[in-house]
Amino acid sequence: MVASREDMLREIRRPSLWQRLTVADWAWAALVVLATAGTYWVLWGVMNVYEVVITFFTAATMIGLGWHWHASRWYMAIVCLASLFAITRYPELAAAQSDFFLKYLLSSQSAIMWMSALFPAATVVYGVALFTGNDFAGRVASKLTWIAAGAGLVGLLVRWHETHLYAGGIGYIPVSNLYEVFVLFAVMTALIYLYYENAQRTRSMGFFVLLIISASIGFLLWYHFDRGAYQIEPLVPALNSYWMKIHVPTNFVGYGCFAIAAMLGVAYLIRARVSDDSPWAERLPTLKQIDEVSYRAIALGFAFFTVATILGALWAAEAWGAYWSWDPKETWALIVWLNYAAWLHLRYTKGLRGKPMAWWAIIGLFVTTFAFLGVNMFLSGLHSYGEL
Amino acid sequence: MAQSAATISTGQSRQRGQYRRSLGAIWLEFLGSMNLAITLLVVVSIASVIGTVLPQNNPYSEYLIQFGPFWFEVFRLLNLYDVYSAWWFLAILGFLVLSTGVCVSRHIPGVWREITRYRTHVREKSLLALSQHRRWRTSVDAESVEAVAETALQGYGFRTRREARGDTVVVAGMKGGATRIGYVLTHVAVVVIALGALADGNINLKLRELMGDLAVETRDLPVSQVPAASWLGPESGSFRGNVTIPEESNSGVVFLQVRDGYVVQQLPFEIYVEDFRIDHYPNGMPSSYESDLVIHDPALEEPIRQTISVNHPLTHRGHTIYQASFTDGGTALDLTGHLLDGSGQTMPIAGRVFENLRLQLGGLQRTMEIDDFQLFNVDRDPRAVERTGSRDEFRNVGPSFNFTMRDEAGQAREFHTYMAPVEIDDRWYYLHGMRESASEPFRYLHIPADANASMETFMAFHAALHDRARVERAARRAADVLLAQMGVANPELGARVADTANDMIATLVEGGFGAVNAQLEARVAGSNRPEMLLEFSRSVLQRTMFEIYREQLAARQGVELSMVQTDADQRAFFEEAMNAVSAVAEYGSPIIFEIDHFNHREATGLQITRAPGKNVVYAGSAVLVLGIFLLFYVSHRRIWAMVTPREDGGSDLLMAGINQRRPEEFEAEFADLAEAVENQLGVTGDMPGRRRKDASDSAGPTEQTD
Repeated sequence: MVASREDMLREIRRPSLWQRLTVADWAWAALVVLATAGTYWVLWGVMNVYEVVITFFTAATMIGLGWHWHASRWYMAIVCLASLFAITRYPELAAAQSDFFLKYLLSSQSAIMWMSALFPAATVVYGVALFTGNDFAGRVASKLTWIAAGAGLVGLLVRWHETHLYAGGIGYIPVSNLYEVFVLFAVMTALIYLYYENAQRTRSMGFFVLLIISASIGFLLWYHFDRGAYQIEPLVPALNSYWMKIHVPTNFVGYGCFAIAAMLGVAYLIRARVSDDSPWAERLPTLKQIDEVSYRAIALGFAFFTVATILGALWAAEAWGAYWSWDPKETWALIVWLNYAAWLHLRYTKGLRGKPMAWWAIIGLFVTTFAFLGVNMFLSGLHSYGEL
Repeated sequence: MAQSAATISTGQSRQRGQYRRSLGAIWLEFLGSMNLAITLLVVVSIASVIGTVLPQNNPYSEYLIQFGPFWFEVFRLLNLYDVYSAWWFLAILGFLVLSTGVCVSRHIPGVWREITRYRTHVREKSLLALSQHRRWRTSVDAESVEAVAETALQGYGFRTRREARGDTVVVAGMKGGATRIGYVLTHVAVVVIALGALADGNINLKLRELMGDLAVETRDLPVSQVPAASWLGPESGSFRGNVTIPEESNSGVVFLQVRDGYVVQQLPFEIYVEDFRIDHYPNGMPSSYESDLVIHDPALEEPIRQTISVNHPLTHRGHTIYQASFTDGGTALDLTGHLLDGSGQTMPIAGRVFENLRLQLGGLQRTMEIDDFQLFNVDRDPRAVERTGSRDEFRNVGPSFNFTMRDEAGQAREFHTYMAPVEIDDRWYYLHGMRESASEPFRYLHIPADANASMETFMAFHAALHDRARVERAARRAADVLLAQMGVANPELGARVADTANDMIATLVEGGFGAVNAQLEARVAGSNRPEMLLEFSRSVLQRTMFEIYREQLAARQGVELSMVQTDADQRAFFEEAMNAVSAVAEYGSPIIFEIDHFNHREATGLQITRAPGKNVVYAGSAVLVLGIFLLFYVSHRRIWAMVTPREDGGSDLLMAGINQRRPEEFEAEFADLAEAVENQLGVTGDMPGRRRKDASDSAGPTEQTD
């Protein structure tokens, strides 16, 4: 027995977040702080106050993410280094064709093409892992997904630099047209999936999630080759705002999550048909896992989608003169929001699980896809930047 | 349901009062019910779709054309042209808000109990039924065990409460109650946002209209002539309106669109527009729209001067002024019109954009509506591809204007005329676009520019073709030359050939080459060598025109006709002029314009809003976000420690816990806590009851938040 209460408390108390941080955690934080300081040092003269604040919060998010999810540190560090390296090889646009590294690896077009090749490859390997139950294949698929997501993000970051190389002050963050946000979607969805893969310690969901990413890559390639959408065009004045930097990425966390939830809905319906003693039962994720991840994905997606919609309203108030104008995009965002609100209510209060919710999540993806793509394709309105 | 010890009591208390309810209570129950809420969520979603599929707030005439008189009326009655302010849509939204409000207010007491009560009255049996529980039999006295358990709970951040029941002591701990506050916050936020948005909606306007206080004006009138019944006083509520102000003029009102009409909203200040600018990217796309505004407000000593642009509005006295659009503000144009009837006459015309002019052109009456003026026309530079291989060089081909010409019967054609010649494949042309309806692209008449970069030479050539005597002389010369080339010397034939040529030219200026061909083919149909005749006739036509052109050159150069030599440039000009003559026949206007001078004046389109509910909506949004994150990422956990002394001086400890939303994490936390307790007590304990149930039923339907 311990004598004093204080001693006892000291021994029992659960270590706080600060106490749990390791040397590596602090090293990571220091690295991000240094990099951010460097960014400010180089770019201070051209940043406005919003960009300073956004950079600050980006750094804080990177530190937090690195602490919470160790694997993401490598990802962030390597992506940043690769992008910086690409930028140093880029005195002018023409270098994309002449410089070896840029031409084959790191110019935004090459990087995005690498991503477009690696995601389908990862899908196939995840498929192999799922159908054969081969653990090695699963690990390879996971690595491929990491690299593809890295290539995609490098592609976007380098493209950001490229936009600034054009004459006439075109430079903008490359999340402003349909082509760019498709890359963002693939990267974001893959990262969110990788997080859950790590959290759930199973690779059996990978195949399902990578399918939707590959589908989006298919669209991206069509858009690239058939429509030449990779061309960098200047922004319309309404998009030229710091809000873009926060509104769009936030939105795509939401879209990515909803896409994952829908694909897990498919997995759920398949798993529910497999009897527990079949060999498939072991290879497929358990119903409990699927249920858990779907719920978490939708909750995360809903939270971010709410924030994104509110940010959108704030931006709309500044650019269009009203925080809400019942523009088709806004209205469809509301529909998506209401849809997942209904899903969450059913789960919380009615305790509904299983097949109906899986179906609902799948249908939810159609609603979301319409809000994301269909509105741009079929309806006109203020958001007509992302037209096909 | 076994593990729901924590929530059973509230559930029961609700059940007890179920029979004997007033009608009001039944209504409340209905309004606050989950089924209604979910139904309404779905209904609002579906109703919202209508407004995205059917374009909103278009002119009613467009709907009438689109749907026909019957459906137009049906849709109008259902208010589908402005769904989002339709009474039925607002009613559904209102129901949703009411339902949310009732729901949250009904549950606040329960939430309060959940986060304030420690539930020390649990029984052993219900604790054992929880999926997370452990039991120890220790030789330590009850008091010490209790202290260890309490300390451990506190060490893990639980707030605790202790209660003794006989010999048995229960230490109840809980944390993360904020998630339940999150539930309240999210739902209250939805109500707050809805109320704020309602304050910014046009309910006020609708009510005044309903009471006959306000009349919607549908005629296109100057502001000063709009009847007083369609005016709204300054600072009388929320609004969102538009006004177009030309440069160097001012306005103290905005127009609010209501269905197919508008009302005039007065502003408590005057806006003067000094200048409007568009900056361009190198490819001609606009990079920014800016207006220099001066706000004259009687309440201000100094007027406010500020430049607004897209994404950078100006707020003054609760009114926010946005750069919304732009248009021409009445650019003045000095034009020279060339009549195309062969008279060679020109007439000066002065007009402004948006002005309608009546033109008396020879014997013809035309109305000319000047529609628009463009200061720049930037396109991809076709030369750049050859020069540098780049597709990204651009050129500005200068100003242009648009007009509509109506004939006596009201038939209209649209025209698009450039001020300066445009270079195409190393040749320079004046471009004159024409189309018969707005849905078509413009087709361009290419009039070759002469050595002085003017249309003069062509216009003179075109006029000369109308001079029969002159054409006849030229045709004669052409016939002689051609017949001589063929070795035929027949003066009679020469006269006939000249006659044909004259006919062909008359047809050409009336109907173009197509008409000439048709005429010729009809004529040679009976002959034995039609091909040869056709060929010959065409040569005659071309040669005749060439002779006229040479005549002009001779006159200009002041030399004998026989001395005129043409160079490649002039021959190319002649080819183009022939084509242009043919195309002029299809131009469809009796007059063709040159722009001599312009005075560019633009108008800025401002959107002005007054949204007193905005801050309420923003505050509600902030609360919503806070609530959602609390709801999802904080989880409410309870752990009980039940200590029962034994007769042998030792004591039994039972610990059990419950959590709904994050079973895995809770399982790990509970295990850690149990281990800490175990280490303190120095026992490994017998653990007969450590069993884990499947998490899918430990997160059962026990939450009461809706």
